[in-house]
Amino acid sequence: MKELKLMKGNEALAEAAIRAGCDGYFGYPITPQSEVLEYLANEAKKRTGMVVLQAESEIAAINMIYGAAGTGKKVMTSSSSPGISLMQEGISYIACAELPCLLVNVVRGGPGLGTIQPSQGDYFQAVKGGGHGDYKLIVLAPSTVQEMVDHVKLGFELAFKWKNPVMILADGALGQMMEKVELFPQMERTNEIYPWATTGKTKDRERSIITSLHIQPDKMQEINLHLQRKYREIEKEEIRYEMIDCEDADLVLVAFGLVARICQKAAGLAKEKGIKVGIFRPISLFPYPYKELNKLADKVKGFLTVEMNAGQMVEDVRLAVNGKIPVEFTGKMGGIIPTPEEILHKIEEIYVGETA
Amino acid sequence: MNEKRMLEEEKHFETIIAEESVCTNDNLVYEKPETLTDTPMHYCPGCGHGVAHRLIAEVIDELGIQDKTIGVAPVGCSVFAYNYLNIDMTEAAHGRASAVATGIKRVLPDKYVFSYQGDGDLAAIGTGETIHTCNRGENILIIFINNGIYGMTGGQMAPTTLIGMKSTTTPFGREVEVMGNPLKITELIAQLPGVYYCTRVAVNTPNNVRKAKKAILNGFKYQELKKGLSFVEIVSNCPSNWKMTPLESNKWLEENMLPFYPLGDLKVPKNPPKADKGELI
Repeated sequence: MKELKLMKGNEALAEAAIRAGCDGYFGYPITPQSEVLEYLANEAKKRTGMVVLQAESEIAAINMIYGAAGTGKKVMTSSSSPGISLMQEGISYIACAELPCLLVNVVRGGPGLGTIQPSQGDYFQAVKGGGHGDYKLIVLAPSTVQEMVDHVKLGFELAFKWKNPVMILADGALGQMMEKVELFPQMERTNEIYPWATTGKTKDRERSIITSLHIQPDKMQEINLHLQRKYREIEKEEIRYEMIDCEDADLVLVAFGLVARICQKAAGLAKEKGIKVGIFRPISLFPYPYKELNKLADKVKGFLTVEMNAGQMVEDVRLAVNGKIPVEFTGKMGGIIPTPEEILHKIEEIYVGETA
Repeated sequence: MNEKRMLEEEKHFETIIAEESVCTNDNLVYEKPETLTDTPMHYCPGCGHGVAHRLIAEVIDELGIQDKTIGVAPVGCSVFAYNYLNIDMTEAAHGRASAVATGIKRVLPDKYVFSYQGDGDLAAIGTGETIHTCNRGENILIIFINNGIYGMTGGQMAPTTLIGMKSTTTPFGREVEVMGNPLKITELIAQLPGVYYCTRVAVNTPNNVRKAKKAILNGFKYQELKKGLSFVEIVSNCPSNWKMTPLESNKWLEENMLPFYPLGDLKVPKNPPKADKGELI
């Protein structure tokens, strides 16, 4: 039987964490995602015995995650842009030590202290590796409250499958808005003991050491090569995207997260004016669907990338298209959400330019 | 002592060694603890880290908790502690060892968890984590090595560098007007209700080494009670960066460090339970 509820994005995400059998959450309050910690503080312990701890800072929180993830437990944190910036050093350590964990960034407008309104300004940070060194997070971009739920479950699966941190890149609007969600049934918390984890050295195995320190350059290169091989495998297996009305489109809007839904509305308005507009929505931002976009570029006349930033993902769209067709960009910054009409205006501008 | 007599003595000892097998199962009083790996340490000659590591290994052996112990190494000279201790370990980012230990202990509450941190790690870059971990009363042991200097990076000023003490970043000696006073973080920590046991020991003399071992033993045992955090400061030396011989450094420690960082308990449990295993006194 379906379990349907009307829930706020942040609370739905927290509920999904409990149901996914999460063992521990370590976090620090920051708008617009504090409801995650609040919801878990209220619900988690009594229902599954899950550890929920408010850390003294995001720096402490991510290092608690590092320690706890090293024991093989299913752990997660969430924050918003400035807090995620503070976590970058720890995220780099976690990626290098190949620890599974789930990170959630409910993005707000920046730079600096910025605003508490929604933004996609952390795309580069999430996808290109905001911390030091060559590493990748698996990045998932939900566009609905339902996906906030689904990506928690998927995120943990991918984190353990690849022994890699997974980030859900949401935004302040997705965190705050309420929608109907279908919840998955409660999963058992597993007590699985992994041979690589720090659970106490027993006689039958070598000691487990969680570290990202390899002083010898050739050893460090070996670690890097291993990570890169893993990332190439992830690129082969974990591409996720959605295409809507792209088959006979002249122009395709490329957008992730919430913006993709605004683009759907804009595409509807364009259709009324006789302009055939499709939508391409990358769901996994790393790995990025370069090949799929490149293929699509053979069928359509142009791409318009729409983002809530100064133009970040558009660089990846241009890399994918590699000059085959024009790639335009329109975006809003500082916590402003583009309206369907504004996007339509840009579509018309491009369309008139094309047909003139 | 003339040369002839020296040669005679040497011969005398050689005869004794030849006549008696020195190391037999009957007379063996000193060997490598099981929890210490057979790895040559990278520490400088005369450094206190080696002694402190050995004490941890001895305590873990005596308590029989090798399979239940998880250690956290810091950034600093002891960054490679996991090479020497034959237990599961995590190497933390600079200053974050106590947060990492918190994460481990919270999801594995029945394990013995400790962090091993230097003065820069614990009392400069990691002060926030240190204070809050102690204040939450995490059931872990923090071992704090205070040698008043940054060893790994080559002798820069530490938060615990004494007034007037020279380092590469205080070449004319630490001036209070510029860098403030040395931080007595252990005294601060002892004030916090979350701290169950807080003591300061040293490893510069055999007697102090014995006391240090007892403090570490207590720190591990108290974790079983789940009554709060144990904090053991070990005042140690750094011959290389103090630019002294090991013997000179231990003397300097006695004459300069200990008057400012006096040894002894800062907080002890009122009715501590008796250790059932590995009790020393």
